[in-house]
Amino acid sequence: MSTGTVQIALPAKRRRALPGTLVGAIIVLGASLAMAFFPGLFAPYDPTAFDYNAIMQAPSAAHPFGTDNFGRDMLSRVIHAYRIDMQIAVFATTAPFVFGTIVGALVGYVGGWAEALFGRVVDAVITFPFLVLVIAIVSVLGPGLGNMYIAVGVIGWVFYARLVAAEIKIQRRLDYADAARGMGYGHTRIIFRHLLPNAITPAVVYWMTDMALAILLGSSLGYLGLGAQPPAAEWGVLIADGKNFMTTAWWVSVFPGIAIVITGLGFSLAGDALADLLRVNR
Amino acid sequence: MTVPMPGGGLKVRGLTTTFVTPRGRATVVDGISLDVAPGEIVGLVGESGSGKSITLRSIVRLVREPGKVSGQVEWQGRDLMAMSEADLRKVRGAEIAMIFQEPMTALNPVLPVRLQIEENLSAHTTLDRRARRQRALELMNIVGIPAAERRLDEYPHQFSGGMRQRVMIAIALASSPKLLLADEPTTALDVTIQDQILKLILDLRDRFGMSVLFVTHDLGVVAATCDRMAVMYAGRIVETGTVAQVFAEPHHPYTRGLLGSVPRIGAERSMLLSIEGAPPGLIDLPEGCAFHPRCAFATDRCRAERPPLERFAAGREVACFHHRTVAAMAEAA
Amino acid sequence: MREMPLISVEGVSKRFRFPRTASDILTGRPPAAVHALNNVDLEVYRGETLGIVGESGCGKSTLARCLVRLLEPDEGLVRFDGKDISLLRPGERRAFNRRVQMIFQDPYSSLNPRMSVRQVLSEALSVHAMRPKADIPTRITELLGLVRLPADAADRYPHEFSGGQRQRIGIARALAVEPDVLVADELVSALDVSVQAQVINLLLDLQERLKLTVVFVAHDLRLVRHISHRVAVMYLGKVVEISPTEALFAAPRHPYSKALLDAAPELDPSRRTRVAAARGELPNPLDLPAGCLFNTRCPFAFERCFAERPALSARGPAHFAACHLPDFGNPAPETIAAQ
Repeated sequence: MSTGTVQIALPAKRRRALPGTLVGAIIVLGASLAMAFFPGLFAPYDPTAFDYNAIMQAPSAAHPFGTDNFGRDMLSRVIHAYRIDMQIAVFATTAPFVFGTIVGALVGYVGGWAEALFGRVVDAVITFPFLVLVIAIVSVLGPGLGNMYIAVGVIGWVFYARLVAAEIKIQRRLDYADAARGMGYGHTRIIFRHLLPNAITPAVVYWMTDMALAILLGSSLGYLGLGAQPPAAEWGVLIADGKNFMTTAWWVSVFPGIAIVITGLGFSLAGDALADLLRVNR
Repeated sequence: MTVPMPGGGLKVRGLTTTFVTPRGRATVVDGISLDVAPGEIVGLVGESGSGKSITLRSIVRLVREPGKVSGQVEWQGRDLMAMSEADLRKVRGAEIAMIFQEPMTALNPVLPVRLQIEENLSAHTTLDRRARRQRALELMNIVGIPAAERRLDEYPHQFSGGMRQRVMIAIALASSPKLLLADEPTTALDVTIQDQILKLILDLRDRFGMSVLFVTHDLGVVAATCDRMAVMYAGRIVETGTVAQVFAEPHHPYTRGLLGSVPRIGAERSMLLSIEGAPPGLIDLPEGCAFHPRCAFATDRCRAERPPLERFAAGREVACFHHRTVAAMAEAA
Repeated sequence: MREMPLISVEGVSKRFRFPRTASDILTGRPPAAVHALNNVDLEVYRGETLGIVGESGCGKSTLARCLVRLLEPDEGLVRFDGKDISLLRPGERRAFNRRVQMIFQDPYSSLNPRMSVRQVLSEALSVHAMRPKADIPTRITELLGLVRLPADAADRYPHEFSGGQRQRIGIARALAVEPDVLVADELVSALDVSVQAQVINLLLDLQERLKLTVVFVAHDLRLVRHISHRVAVMYLGKVVEISPTEALFAAPRHPYSKALLDAAPELDPSRRTRVAAARGELPNPLDLPAGCLFNTRCPFAFERCFAERPALSARGPAHFAACHLPDFGNPAPETIAAQ
């Protein structure tokens, strides 16, 4: 007991255990990326080669996923589809994530009129079902992946911006934000150095979920003939190909469907893992 | 803190509460013994994490899972620890009532206060409907709520913090308890309102001969309200005595440090007698005396052996090997 | 003749408006507003510690935030070194921000959880160009030593510290820019008593060594009395009494100051009283009483108190109170106030 000259020892640092979800996400997404970049290494056949001797064959040792009505190997087609579908997942979500985050950060920080204006934009967008809006835009611009990215980007950023704006609004009321203002730091520094790192986690988690949703969307548009165009191998297109033979050749549609589910699961796991890793200790 | 007591009152012996957490076993309350005589106000003082609030809850076995309570609690000759849950419920809220720091969370926000007072009356008295209404109004007047008739039909959020605490006390009083367990009841209140509530508790003690066990971190509140006090540190009682004795001559270095941490008149802008460091975590308590890492009097013995709580004068106990030195230092200062 | 004040608060009022409701629009009423500050006048002199004390809702935190320009007053102005701080040009404003630093109440929310102590301190040092880049690590070690944290604290994150240690980090952040004034808002009220004393000792020591001016905002009278040279008592957004500490504690000249002093529990068990010091509770801050703001609780209130709001007037050397009873609490009344 003294008048305060003793220095206080700090507790030992504790390391945080890696979340189990991260392992799952790395396995699923790692495999997905490998197939997207090097489909040739995994696919046993050329995905576009017709084989009229093997039309509509059920799964077998030679064709584990069976073949379609042109005798194309379904396993090879599903593997080659990874390239387009992973591309959709990344391309359709990254620009909205980046743009939406920046807009959301500014809206949340400025508040007032910016918030009111942004609120109207949100109202306008959420009035229409997302898919209907995207279909409408793609129909105007014309079918194809490029136009699909544009359509998704025009709408998708709003959801990221909304998440980030709400979180920034909470953070900017905390004392550390006032402390930064009291230090005389500039707005840009306060927003991007101080507030955003504490506000971005929900948007990052949503981004991962959104990648899974983008694959579903891409597949839906492919199915409707508005996204990737045949003969490109894309899961939605593959499912559409098989829809006429559903009762006689279920494998044509089912295996691409399973691929969608597994990849979607991978992104979900990645979202959970990131939420865990980015969680802040208070 | 044990004083001979013919019948009645609260007698706690070796009360221990442990929690098993993922990081280890924590003994939050470690062998507490204390008595509260009828009509007496006893202060249980300590800082955050000292186990004072859990002690209070352990007495009436209101500790949530995974907490485990053991030891002896004798209330008017009956052992509360051995009682069935159903019998204990008849004691709780009836003979023994509790009030808390944040009355807003202890009150039901969607019921008018009249119902909440009458609910306690119907649970613990034989009054009929009419008499309950009458009694609810009386209780509101006793605790000093102005315009009681009108306010009975209001909801908790319509009351200020001080008024909510008065409502809590009115509910507690509904069953005419013989013991009030008060857990930091004034900590959330402003000082002029705290003053009113403390004076109210003193009046109620005089009027109804109630005993009060008063948990607080504020030594000023103890000085203003309590007859005897027990100081807790890291789950154990380290010093007991009458309030006048302990304030005049602290025997435990922690008590001395606590008293010295509070600014005193006539010593303005001087260094306070602070205690270095922070209270220990309950999972990795230091060996020996839990206070030794922060103690200027600590010797090898303190680091190896845990000092027991021992009587050294009439009504005084301390758990320190060097308490004579500590008291002599206080004398000299 | 006293020296020029370093900070002067002149007639500052601050309202927090509620959003306009439908009934406001229909009836044409102005939207409801909390009157947090009502015409506050105050001066802070170089090198002193001014304590600002009051209960919740008295506006002390709002006033602290106006002093460092985290809030803009609705009326009146705050001068620093003679200049109105709302009129500062961007360059001057940055200098003002450097010279007047605030330390916050909540040790948990006042530090950015994603920045290590080193990042927090080096940001302050580099943005204000306090040291050349190469000297920053040395300065960080110095600053940590100044607030008595070990040097290995630098690479840790806020969650690794206890409440008291976090407040030390907050102080180190403020001191990094070598300010003239520290505004401490309830600096220790979230801490345990034994830890409070450590932080108070640190503040006293630093003030002596660095010749700081301190505005110490708190609800704890004992603490305020302990560290302040002068004390201002606030009630419902108004300074009701301001005086050198000893004069105020020896003989408060405003009924509210007296009630506040009497209500604070004495540390001496033998001086126990049984009479509550103040009756009633705070009036609704949305609907302040006419006349003196304390008239709903004041045992001495008379007609004038309900009609006219008293202004601060002199009671002794540097001692002012806002009360219509000039002899209230006067230790040596020469004449009975002639009504």
